[in-house]
Amino acid sequence: MLELLLPPALILVLGAFLIGPVRAPLRPLIVLGAPLLTLYAIWQMEDGILLTAQFLGYEIQLIEASPLRRLFATIFAIMAFAGGLFAFRQAKWWELAAAQAYAAGAIGVSFAGDLITMFLFWELMAIFSTVVVWCGGTEGARRAGIRYATMHLLGGVLLKIGIEGVMIHTGSIEIQPIPLTNFDGWLILIGVLINAAAPPVSAWLADAYPESSPSGSVFLSAFTTKTAVLALILLFPGEQILIWIGLYMIFYGIIYALLENDMRRILAYSIVNQVGFMVCGIGIGTEMAINGAAAHAFAHIIYKALLLMSAGSVLYMTGRRKCSELGGLVHSMPLTAICGIIGALAISAFPYTSGFVTKSMISQAAADQHFTTVWLLLVAASAGVFLHAGIKFPWFVFFQKDSGLRPKDPPWNMRAAMVLFSVACIALGVFPQWLYGLLPYPVDYEPYTASHLVSQFQLLLFSGLAFFALLPLMKRTLTLSLDTDWLWRVAGFHLGRGMVNGLARLRAGILQVADGLWRQLANGPWRHGALAYQSTSRMLSWALLVLLILVSAKFLL
Amino acid sequence: MTDPHRKSWLYRPENRGKLWWGFALVLAATVLAQLAFPLHGHFGFDEWFGFNALFGFASCAAMVILAKVLGFLLKRPDSYYDDDA
Repeated sequence: MLELLLPPALILVLGAFLIGPVRAPLRPLIVLGAPLLTLYAIWQMEDGILLTAQFLGYEIQLIEASPLRRLFATIFAIMAFAGGLFAFRQAKWWELAAAQAYAAGAIGVSFAGDLITMFLFWELMAIFSTVVVWCGGTEGARRAGIRYATMHLLGGVLLKIGIEGVMIHTGSIEIQPIPLTNFDGWLILIGVLINAAAPPVSAWLADAYPESSPSGSVFLSAFTTKTAVLALILLFPGEQILIWIGLYMIFYGIIYALLENDMRRILAYSIVNQVGFMVCGIGIGTEMAINGAAAHAFAHIIYKALLLMSAGSVLYMTGRRKCSELGGLVHSMPLTAICGIIGALAISAFPYTSGFVTKSMISQAAADQHFTTVWLLLVAASAGVFLHAGIKFPWFVFFQKDSGLRPKDPPWNMRAAMVLFSVACIALGVFPQWLYGLLPYPVDYEPYTASHLVSQFQLLLFSGLAFFALLPLMKRTLTLSLDTDWLWRVAGFHLGRGMVNGLARLRAGILQVADGLWRQLANGPWRHGALAYQSTSRMLSWALLVLLILVSAKFLL
Repeated sequence: MTDPHRKSWLYRPENRGKLWWGFALVLAATVLAQLAFPLHGHFGFDEWFGFNALFGFASCAAMVILAKVLGFLLKRPDSYYDDDA
């Protein structure tokens, strides 16, 4: 094993360090080359524990490879490449460097063999994803970045307390299924779920991601939530509570996306929705369900990045982000529109796209377990995905009305990244066995049966009918929707300000009283009355008397 | 208006009806396809004629209406958070 083991995360960390100092013409080489080299390194590794080190008296496993871990690392590396391709000519170099360090964190988590290593890379992601949010460059991005960092550092603290609890109580730092029988397990679960944008804090995602730059949201959509999905698969497979958390996320995403006007915020809500499908699959926990969750994460990263590239191109070319200000762009941005529509069809699980061959595994797993309610909700949600992301996003951005805007398609590198991922969406849909061969368990599932095709076409097209029939109910308004983030953006803010003001008033009051006392001391009867000009011994005896009273009171009580 | 996009086929009002008819034909075809390819469900009810069509439409309608109702409670002007400092 000594023959040249290249730790994949290290390649990207080095890349991130180099992007800044090297001369500008060399930057694309690193932005695009480091992810490809990482991909090569990922596929050179055999299964098992490959690299260990000593840390705080524990033997930590820096690299542990398995098919599941390789699957996630692979898509993270592909994402770092395609995102870099989309971004490298337009984004600032510090955004590119931060994104590469962020990807390094995600790949580090993928191969982390123990909880300490996982936590270290987890925090690396938190830090550099915050930098990516800040690269949005606006006042809104700055504030959203602070809220985002606060949420993730809080999640990190909970995760760390949980990990320390597990270390103390079991003596093991192995990554293995953790039973939810005590506080430690729950804290780890909560820490991981915060990154998955689970309730009640799902709002952080739709708050922060749309404030990033056109390319920033492409990177952000991929890593944080999907490493959380991987961590859930490794640590909490088959925990039933995840089914219901997942279903909540699914419908939360749909409803909020239906209410939303900002095109990238619609897509952000639909990330929560899609991660909900994965979390639900992990909760079902059978081999089929885990395969489905992993495959869906792989497919989702591609089509969601594609959708955000399409939206990012529109934002880059027009500077506008609200559906109410967009529309009719299909004529002047045909390639962006086509790629956006392919992404929209893939997220809707349209036959012959990637979503069709992955999402159906999760509902199939629910059916195999005879979970009737769960299955019905998953089918309704599939229809809802077509509604809120599959039609709503392309319709309001590229069709709807003529907004009068005539932007061209974006520069060549942005187009190339979109075409690459569009091809990937269709290729995975047409040749699902490529992806099925990479899954952790053997796949015994055939997505392309006449029965599945007919039922899926019925489901999706009648959802489309519902969309157009109820279009008047979905008129765009210049609004945002209140969410739990109201608690920390408004209530928490006023509470905090109230406390600060209260303390300030208390301080002022104390000062005033003290001042008054001082004045009385200085100018009061002391100066002229019987007590004025007392000798020190007299003063001392007064003090002794008071002390005596206090001491005797203490003894008597 | 010499704007070429105004004349796009998709947007001409007289084509609206044609688009709806075309859509209706496709919708009918997906339901009728069930006669040629019987569905293999897991629960029984999912093999009923037109189940997916009806369920898809009904659940979407329910979600749109739910969103509309929640919107009355949750929607705020999009400058709502702008003055938090």
